[in-house]
Amino acid sequence: MILDQKHLRFQKLCRQFAETEFTKDLLDKLEETGDFDWDIFRKMSKYGFCGVKIPKEYGGAGGDYLSYAILVEEFARVSPVLSIYANTSNSLGGGPLMLAGSEEQKQKYLPPVARGDKIMVFALTEPGAGSDAGGTTTRAEEQADGSFILNGRKTFISGAPVADYCIVFAKTDPKQKGSRGISMFVLDMKLPGVSLGKPEHKMGIIGYPTCDVIMEDVHVPADALVGKKDKGFGYAMQTLDGGRLGMAAQGVGIAQGCLEEAVKYSKERKQFGRPIANFQAISFMLADMATETEAARQLVYHAAELKDAGKDAAMACSIAKYFAAEAANHVAYKAVQIHGGYGYINEYKVERFYRDARIVPIYEGTSQVQQMVISGMLLK
Amino acid sequence: MKIYVCVKQVPDTSGVVAVNPDGTMNRAKMPAIINPDDLNAMEAALQLKEKECATVVAVSMGPPQAGEMMRELLAMGADEAVLISGREFGGSDTFATSQIIAGAIHHLGIKEEDLILCGRQAIDGDTAQVGPQIAEKLHLPQVTYATEIIKEGNTYTVKRALEDGYMSIQVKSPCLITCIKELNEPRYMTVEGVFSADEKPLTVLDYEALKDEPLIETETIGLNGSPTNIFKSFNPPVKGKGEMFVGSDKEMAMQLAEKLAEKHVI
Amino acid sequence: MAEYKSSAIEEFSNIWVFCEQRDGKLMNTDFELISEARKLADQRGSKLVALLLGGEGIGDLAKELGGYGADQVIVCEDPALAVYTNEAYSKVVCDMVMKYKPEVLLIGASNIGRDLGPRCAARLHTGLTADCTHLDIDMNTYVDFLDKNSNVDVKNTEFKMEDVNMKMTRPAFGGHLMATIICPRFRPCMATVRPGVLKKEEYDQTKAEACEITIVKPNIDTAALHEKVLEIVKEAKEVVDLIGADVVVSIGNGAAKDIETAKKLALELADALGGGVVGSSRALVDAGLMDADRQVGQTGKTVHPKVYVALGISGAIQHQAGMQNSELIIAVNKNENEPIFEIADYGLVGDLFKVVPEMINAINSMK
Repeated sequence: MILDQKHLRFQKLCRQFAETEFTKDLLDKLEETGDFDWDIFRKMSKYGFCGVKIPKEYGGAGGDYLSYAILVEEFARVSPVLSIYANTSNSLGGGPLMLAGSEEQKQKYLPPVARGDKIMVFALTEPGAGSDAGGTTTRAEEQADGSFILNGRKTFISGAPVADYCIVFAKTDPKQKGSRGISMFVLDMKLPGVSLGKPEHKMGIIGYPTCDVIMEDVHVPADALVGKKDKGFGYAMQTLDGGRLGMAAQGVGIAQGCLEEAVKYSKERKQFGRPIANFQAISFMLADMATETEAARQLVYHAAELKDAGKDAAMACSIAKYFAAEAANHVAYKAVQIHGGYGYINEYKVERFYRDARIVPIYEGTSQVQQMVISGMLLK
Repeated sequence: MKIYVCVKQVPDTSGVVAVNPDGTMNRAKMPAIINPDDLNAMEAALQLKEKECATVVAVSMGPPQAGEMMRELLAMGADEAVLISGREFGGSDTFATSQIIAGAIHHLGIKEEDLILCGRQAIDGDTAQVGPQIAEKLHLPQVTYATEIIKEGNTYTVKRALEDGYMSIQVKSPCLITCIKELNEPRYMTVEGVFSADEKPLTVLDYEALKDEPLIETETIGLNGSPTNIFKSFNPPVKGKGEMFVGSDKEMAMQLAEKLAEKHVI
Repeated sequence: MAEYKSSAIEEFSNIWVFCEQRDGKLMNTDFELISEARKLADQRGSKLVALLLGGEGIGDLAKELGGYGADQVIVCEDPALAVYTNEAYSKVVCDMVMKYKPEVLLIGASNIGRDLGPRCAARLHTGLTADCTHLDIDMNTYVDFLDKNSNVDVKNTEFKMEDVNMKMTRPAFGGHLMATIICPRFRPCMATVRPGVLKKEEYDQTKAEACEITIVKPNIDTAALHEKVLEIVKEAKEVVDLIGADVVVSIGNGAAKDIETAKKLALELADALGGGVVGSSRALVDAGLMDADRQVGQTGKTVHPKVYVALGISGAIQHQAGMQNSELIIAVNKNENEPIFEIADYGLVGDLFKVVPEMINAINSMK
């Protein structure tokens, strides 16, 4: 697809911001400390990146899915971890409320999230319920006054250590089997009974902390329930649909970043008296990398276009996520290979890209889950 | 209060420069960017606007393709954009250009509390002439090389950079100030601005619209009318592999020093 | 005298140089410009006039300009001219030009010259070429210049040898192209000239004595001036940043055996070259011998100074990435096969601890 002027302009903004602000010093600091960097998050917020896809009436910019994909791609091209910073509010954080929230809930939660004043994250996964989200054991017991008591543990929750709110899925009707009887709540992280596990030490995406969220007799009011009771699983799946698009875009960004580094390096690096780019073994690898990257990009843009047109995009999103996640890893592998020993040391960007790429086929639906979704629709 | 910001679209000369066989610049092959110093002028205007009520008008002379650049300025926060565009204006030197821009600003109207901001110079020509020449045509005081602008009422106190320090100058509006990169850190477009830029006014002024402007002398504009002409353009000699000096340490050092003196490096 | 009309080009004669002074002191650019303009005046067979504006007593400096070749100095003294203001200076310069009608007016391209020049050109209704690096009037000297400094095949190019327009050559597009500009239909033909490019001639006391001084009382209505100078502050040069420096002398592995001496030599060499900053290769930073903020290269800083000197640096691609766009590269290394010599303009094979002191001596002896 060919981007129109508005999207090109947006792409330019995202690229300029990422190339200028995501400095080597900042990226090294994220890597060293593993801590969330509030300065860059506030700067992103100031320019409105946290509200790209949140509607104007709720304080966002009212951008479309294509803009959202461009945002994540361009940020990930420079820093995969920082692409998550701007992603959450537009995707898994703000998404459930945009999807199913009442007018009151939207008015209350979305504007501060769009402005970056508050951080909202998404908690579905549990120690025993990963790809099989139907195995949710977190329990929400409805009280006589309509409020709920939450008990359970959510695991690998990205951004939990810095979150103000968390979208939590909990079983409200244990009698219903599997994915049924699950409801969606917006949980205030400051409520008594909410605690955090210790931050995980991850292979990549370092600098966006991840930990468990533990709920022990957390008393949430009735209006913490988002959407219809017992229908939470459907909301989760729909949210993940959009989230998949974002993570597919992240894959494209990582692939693009790796491709550019590899092209640059192969032109500079000389062996046997000439730049290594002059060897077909290298140049053909570059051609493969460019091909996979561009194919992934077009799948992502197409899926975004379908969503923006209000068409059914579930299959397109899964295909895009599956392909882009795998492409990011193929391309990162080759980029490290082209760099040789230099690609294995952290002075060079591809080393970090390689580690960051590894999560893309895992989170928000593994590649195998995408295969299930795609094949499921094919064989329906 | 109106703040006019004069902006130029330039080829990005910081990267690879594409040259035609005849030695002229192949602009089509180079990315077009907003001239860096002009972004500092824009930032200064937006900062003044944040302090008090002002309308920021971006003004540029260029081909119709510069329209997208104007949208970017609107996305940064300009309220209006005016693109001066016409075949008749093409190829203008600084004297001709400044007449046209001064004429356009005069046409749009400049009042006592108004201000004109320009970048010091454009990276394609590096002349730093258009700003002062617009000021002259409009009979306004000018301050160039601004590194600090403080506004109190209609009085501006400007720090003007010198090679060995600075001078502090006071002028009253209306006036023209040219800005350098030390003045500020230009902002980006904003997300909201990007999406709403298409709804803001972008006016195109062509030759018809401006030809009766008293400040514009129609016989000294455009390629043929401009006072200065390109007599010849050429490439500096191609740089081959360097020269290796031979001899004792002292002899090599002397040969080097002679070369450096010849090239006026020392 | 006929009314001033810039298109009546036959009414204009003589070469003028606007001489800038700050604090009652002439600038080096003044001497460079006068020296060069002397040649132009000789090519044209016309008089060389220096225009000097300043406060009371500024005329005392006039003779010195004669020593570099000015035939006449027009001195405009007024308290309102003691400190540069665009308004007062442009008024007086334009008044003088309108009165005497010079054919050529040169101005140093300092921050002040580039403020004054365009303003005057617009008022005088003539063209101005900015930041020139080379000037010719006579066509033969111009063709000779092209032959030596361009890719133009002058033997197979036709030139109008009788052309007497001043040919003003300047770099365009950040130095990627050179352009020669003329201003054929209006006078004076104006140019600002880049400081430090043209060569200052020897001072000649006899010429200084012979120089004609003309004092003119300028017509300035101080009450009508809008521009007020509140203060002028001189700032000591700050510690120059690697990226902004005109001269960078970097040291590499070859300096490791005696880092302190190497640093001292590098700094001395930078000073000899006009003052600059000492940089480093990655190896020395990794070894803890140099601070990381001095590292040039892929993982350090990218520099593009006028002169880059690599001392004891092999010039691996990682280093080249940070310095290959320098205007002039000089390399010193023991091993003549090091890649640094492939991109250096000048190469010296030898031990930096021995070669650099010779370089410093040789350069200083040339000044």
